[in-house]
Amino acid sequence: MSDGPLMEESGKGKDTGGMNRREFLELTAGIVLYFTIGDLPVFAQEGARRPAVNLPQDFNAFLRIGLDGRVACYTGKIEMGQGVITSLAQMLADELDVPLDAVDMVMGDTDLCPWDMGTFGSMSTRFFGPALRSAGAEARRVLMELAAERLKAPVADLATDRGVVFSQKTRDQHITYGELARGERLERHLTGTVAVKRPESFKIMHKPALRKDGRDKVTGTAKFAGDVHVPGMLYAKLLRPPVHGAKLVDVDLSEARRVKGVEVVQDGDLIALLHRYPDAAASALAKVKASYDRPHAAVDDETIFDHLLAVAPEATVLAEGGDLQKGTGEAAAVAEATYLNDYVAHATIEPHTAVAHVEGDKAVIWASTQTPFAAKEEVAKELGIDPKNVRVMPVFVGGGFGGKSMNRQIIEAARLSKRTGRPVQVAWSREEEFFFDSFRPAAIVKVRSGVTDKGRICLWDYHVYYAGERGAQHFYDIANHSTTAHGSGWVGPPGSHPFATGPWRAPGNNTNTFARESQIDTMAASAGIDPVAFRMQNLGDAKMRRVLQTAAEKFGWKPSTSPSGRGVGVACGIDAGTYVAAMAEVSVNKATGTISVKRVVCVQDMGLAINPEGAAIQMEGAVMMGLGYALNERVRFRGGDILDRSFNTYDIPRFSWMPAIETVIIEDRGAPPQGGGEPAIVTTGAVIANAVRDATGARLLRLPMTPERVKEAIKRSTAA
Amino acid sequence: MEETIQFKLNGKPVSLPVDGDRKLLWVLRTDLGLTGAKYGCGEGLCGSCTVLVNDEAVRSCQTELEDVRGKEVVTIEGLARSGVLHPLQKAFIEHDALQCGYCTPGMVLQAYALFKKSPRLSPQQIIEGMEGNLCRCGSHPRIVRAVQAAAAQKRGGG
Repeated sequence: MSDGPLMEESGKGKDTGGMNRREFLELTAGIVLYFTIGDLPVFAQEGARRPAVNLPQDFNAFLRIGLDGRVACYTGKIEMGQGVITSLAQMLADELDVPLDAVDMVMGDTDLCPWDMGTFGSMSTRFFGPALRSAGAEARRVLMELAAERLKAPVADLATDRGVVFSQKTRDQHITYGELARGERLERHLTGTVAVKRPESFKIMHKPALRKDGRDKVTGTAKFAGDVHVPGMLYAKLLRPPVHGAKLVDVDLSEARRVKGVEVVQDGDLIALLHRYPDAAASALAKVKASYDRPHAAVDDETIFDHLLAVAPEATVLAEGGDLQKGTGEAAAVAEATYLNDYVAHATIEPHTAVAHVEGDKAVIWASTQTPFAAKEEVAKELGIDPKNVRVMPVFVGGGFGGKSMNRQIIEAARLSKRTGRPVQVAWSREEEFFFDSFRPAAIVKVRSGVTDKGRICLWDYHVYYAGERGAQHFYDIANHSTTAHGSGWVGPPGSHPFATGPWRAPGNNTNTFARESQIDTMAASAGIDPVAFRMQNLGDAKMRRVLQTAAEKFGWKPSTSPSGRGVGVACGIDAGTYVAAMAEVSVNKATGTISVKRVVCVQDMGLAINPEGAAIQMEGAVMMGLGYALNERVRFRGGDILDRSFNTYDIPRFSWMPAIETVIIEDRGAPPQGGGEPAIVTTGAVIANAVRDATGARLLRLPMTPERVKEAIKRSTAA
Repeated sequence: MEETIQFKLNGKPVSLPVDGDRKLLWVLRTDLGLTGAKYGCGEGLCGSCTVLVNDEAVRSCQTELEDVRGKEVVTIEGLARSGVLHPLQKAFIEHDALQCGYCTPGMVLQAYALFKKSPRLSPQQIIEGMEGNLCRCGSHPRIVRAVQAAAAQKRGGG
């Protein structure tokens, strides 16, 4: 059996024969152990966001010990590069006491795996992890009880080692997990009462482990949705409007119909050309003549901020304390600033892709999605069939970052499969990907802050629009403060954003951290204090102090007031329970406005790091990806027209952008694991902005810091 | 226009009745069932469709089948020999030089072609040679390390 999400392509459910999960398990030999992940607040939230979802009633995860002693763990989480296929297996293997390679992760198959809300928010390890560990520990206990009967020895005399239970008294008395599974069919609901291992007993957790999916991914055998071919399958290309909001007036399909072997579907707004070869479907699409009514171009990427403020949603106060007027009175200097960021795209290298095979009242789906269980419900609703007749199959996902949660391509494939009676693949082109992506929203932060003559922050009045509450609350000691969010960080109210928006790696927190940490630096500069020292003297949080101190040591931070001309910067942030401090060194070409990031040190306290190597990879990746939103990435638009639809103008970080990246994970093995896939990206914008200020004296108030904006800021600062 | 085009694919001769102006990427992925080369942009701007033609890295989404007539095409599926991974593939695994894995086949083959041209690669040459291959997960530092390690091993006779 290969590692990775288990695959089979018949679409008929080879290993289940069309049975549901319960029936499948009843016929499966071995030991099946069910467990429940406690009622998390996020479940309720998800229920509200996707009302169609039926939340699980009994259990929501399980594992199976097979006759060969292999352990299969069934989870609705999916692997999209973040490495949970390895870190989850590490947790289970360690607690259950089996070798890591004896664990098979079965991920995101909606027939076999228990319901899951989706893979996002750095939650797999944080929330699923503890439940999985406790299940592993209890499963080991169950195996020891079974072994006690078989070996006729008291449980207290037994111990385990890599899949074998043995008697500590007479070492030759032993039995493997596989042999135990062979003896009987056992199904048990775990109680969650068995204690998990203490960190000092870890054998597999907290140790570097290579990716379980590495071999499949370097040999080309790892299957992504677009790699799935079902016999008789057609590739579909869909007619798309030229701009968002355009209405089709007239369409002429006559020339397209002449392409040999083409099938045409025209179903209301859905017009598609299908062919057994994808390139032939694309040529047919190119022959379609269509005219549209274009909407009046109301906003563009420059006027959008005024528009967004004009239609700003109601305010929610997230935190407040003291008295802002008093704080203003105490301030020796008050700074007021507005920070902006543009829309950015997810730009995963794998575009949205889905294969749908609809037969009668049944449907099988393979898709690049972070939310397979939501997809199941959505397909059922679209086709008017029972959700239990829809199976979403596991495939690897070629990057998500929050962008693969909407499932539009799945619905398109399902509709076309139903209409044609054939399996259909819909794979978006790069242009479609940029057009239909749910962008990170443009956002605005307005801050008014004050500092005393002693260098204490005495005033903090913070308003965030369209980036939401994640990362909005400051963590400094400020007597008089107020933090207010106007709207969520993902989706604006109708009439706000001119196209779809959604979560983007650490949603909202990149914006909030950029604004907060830039403002903190502004105050440090006005107080004439080194930015690290200034943070330290306003920080009571011991964990953040330790993270910042560690960063300063690793970086070799030399205190100076800013701008020092050296081009060094610092920023702190908290995301998904993880504390981050970053320091960077940049050089700025003042003539061209180009920023070159030379070095980034990133320090993180994420509690227990299940796979420290995996965590370091996520940190490096977050820093690299963060360079994009910091320096260059923005979606330009006019009206509903997306102007950047190609990597030609939407440039994402490349090898030559790569700074020297050093990561440090602060050991806190006693603390529960926190998020790892997102936190390190939140500081990247701020740390570069602060380093640019240190290099040039110019404060960049808008992301990305494109060369034109850098030149403008330098001009402004020298004029002032 | 349909014609018969012959070339060598992963060491074996193939003969296809096909339009010569079709792009190699789609012929590989659909007609020949080799899905290791990925579509990422269709414009030759991301490198995820990279394959080798006579040991040169080419963007298969931009390469017409006509252009590989009589040549030797190697895809990621053909890099390991009888189950033994190429040193580059091993190095990518050992250095964790991948995350989602979608760009990985293109990265490995791009690096392979760099090697062929110049076995002594400095980090700067690796960065320049890999510049046209995009990775969204940010695996760049580890990819450079993996390619360096494989290069060192090759020089050592590995």
